[in-house]
Amino acid sequence: MTAPVLEVEDLRVQLRTPRGTAHVVNGLSYSVGPGETVAVVGESGSGKSVSVLALLGLLPARTATVSGRALLHGEDLLAMPADRLREVRGPGVGMVFQDPMTSLNPMLTVGRQLVEGIRAHGEVPKTEARRRAVELLGEVGLPDPGRAVDRYPHELSGGMRQRVMIAIALSNSPALLIADEATTALDVTVQAQIIDLVEKLQADHGTGVVWITHDLGVVAGIADRVLVMYGGRCVEDGTVDDVLERPAHPYTRGLLGALPDLTAPADELATVPGVPPAPTALPSGCVFWPRCPVRADPRCETEQPPLAVVGASGGSLPHRAATWCAEEVSLV
Amino acid sequence: MTVPAQKAPEAGAPASLRPARPRWRETLGLLVRNPTAAVAGLVLLAIVLVAVFDEALAPSGPNEIAVEDRLRPPSWAHPFGTDDLGRDILSRVVLGAAVSLRVGFLAVGIALVVGSVIGLLAGFYGRWVDDVLMRVMDVLFAFPAVLLAIAVLAVRGPGPGNTALAIGIVYVPIFARVTRASVLGVREEVYVRASRSVGASDWRLLTRHVLPNAAPPIIVQTSISLAFAVLAEAALSFLGLGTQPPDPSWGLMLAEGRGFIDLAWWLAFFPGMAIFVTVLCFNLLGDGLRDVLDPRQRTLMAGGGR
Repeated sequence: MTAPVLEVEDLRVQLRTPRGTAHVVNGLSYSVGPGETVAVVGESGSGKSVSVLALLGLLPARTATVSGRALLHGEDLLAMPADRLREVRGPGVGMVFQDPMTSLNPMLTVGRQLVEGIRAHGEVPKTEARRRAVELLGEVGLPDPGRAVDRYPHELSGGMRQRVMIAIALSNSPALLIADEATTALDVTVQAQIIDLVEKLQADHGTGVVWITHDLGVVAGIADRVLVMYGGRCVEDGTVDDVLERPAHPYTRGLLGALPDLTAPADELATVPGVPPAPTALPSGCVFWPRCPVRADPRCETEQPPLAVVGASGGSLPHRAATWCAEEVSLV
Repeated sequence: MTVPAQKAPEAGAPASLRPARPRWRETLGLLVRNPTAAVAGLVLLAIVLVAVFDEALAPSGPNEIAVEDRLRPPSWAHPFGTDDLGRDILSRVVLGAAVSLRVGFLAVGIALVVGSVIGLLAGFYGRWVDDVLMRVMDVLFAFPAVLLAIAVLAVRGPGPGNTALAIGIVYVPIFARVTRASVLGVREEVYVRASRSVGASDWRLLTRHVLPNAAPPIIVQTSISLAFAVLAEAALSFLGLGTQPPDPSWGLMLAEGRGFIDLAWWLAFFPGMAIFVTVLCFNLLGDGLRDVLDPRQRTLMAGGGR
């Protein structure tokens, strides 16, 4: 087995808010191998974005407390001095943000912003960096890259901007690419193109990918592994087939049940009733119990279930879920 | 993890690989298309030229006293009239331009550089940097402006240089606050985080991303402050701390003419008009610049698309 690109162990993030301490990420562990894609899914507010921003030290230092370990090729990102972290951002980890409309500086041409990423790591002459920028824009499938390089962000469409963001993230050939809802703001055809693009680049460069999304359709298309987050915890993980075909956690089952079925028109969309718990006031016991339709175990309301192996896995990875009620769920 | 094999850039690279044409030329081109800003810019240019070539342009010396010609209304011989000592007001306005503008530019220059650096650092780094810098600004701000300027001049003695310094110090906290407020908003933008995520240094973030996007309010503040600085110089001269008589400055002339306002309006009117036109042009040019420096506005002004 090859060494993982990223190994996250017991990641915890607390944010100080006016309403008290928010426990946004509570003991998250996972690993990403070279060329592997791990999808992180969950509702809004389940701690997906915060968990990856914490890896790169991009949370505001004045309010965020981060603990745990995150080893990138064996080097702990969370214990890194600021200078070293800056070197790692880019060549080590590239990141694509959710909203392409706000993640480019409106005052600079896309070329300048690409060149910035290239020249931040090593002495590259300006003309050479510019040549690379044009090349990268071509690689991400932007039409007429030689002209696009001198355009301002507002002159490009959302899909084009997101391609630029991906080009920037890839400009230093990162070992790990983090896509934080990279296609959520885009329409499905552009989304499909971007996913193809990332898969192709992954095959070419052996990049590990963490793909954050709440779109289970994307998960089925792109991921090798799935990690379901709820209330800042991993409530279920395993291979795509295990998690999507044989969900063991009531929450995962609820998420899958909420996928609208286009062939059978329904008056009302299926939902998981209720809203996620406020991170300032997490429930005691299982984080999901207030919304859980199963609640078949007396420990549900008092004790957080550990992440335990459930059922026989078809793949090489264990299929795990944090629930007291795996058997009841599988019977439903 | 390294940039793939780099070929030496070929001689005669295709047109697309050459950087776009210089930005300042494009900026100037667009500024000219904005008629208000263009006119304001031309008038200011004229005023600056007058200030530079004041000796050559003034019809007579600033202090040529002709008591027999005192308090003459505007005429062909004296287009702006004469004052209570028979001095030609046109000449004094022309020569006063240099004093007023020099003090104004110098004062705002000091305030702009010091204030926006302080505001930038305070807003970007936050925490104790912010606390320390902004509390110092609060202390400066707590003094009544004129009192603070008087204190500086009392220590350093009167004169145009010290007047500019005094006004500059008074305006530093204004620029610091405007800059900090603007930076606080820009700092949270995703593109700043995105740029950080590819390993940009703090220096780069500040100069390339935060400052340009935080600039519009600072530009507007600059043009307004230039106007106020000219007026502040007038106030300090009126109190006897700025320009010393008999040297002319617009503010001082305004103050001296005050006593004759119902007897000879032209004493205060022409220096007042000079201040008014200058201040107005600074403001119009500031507005125009702000629009032109924003690439989104730029495309609209250039007629959508290129």
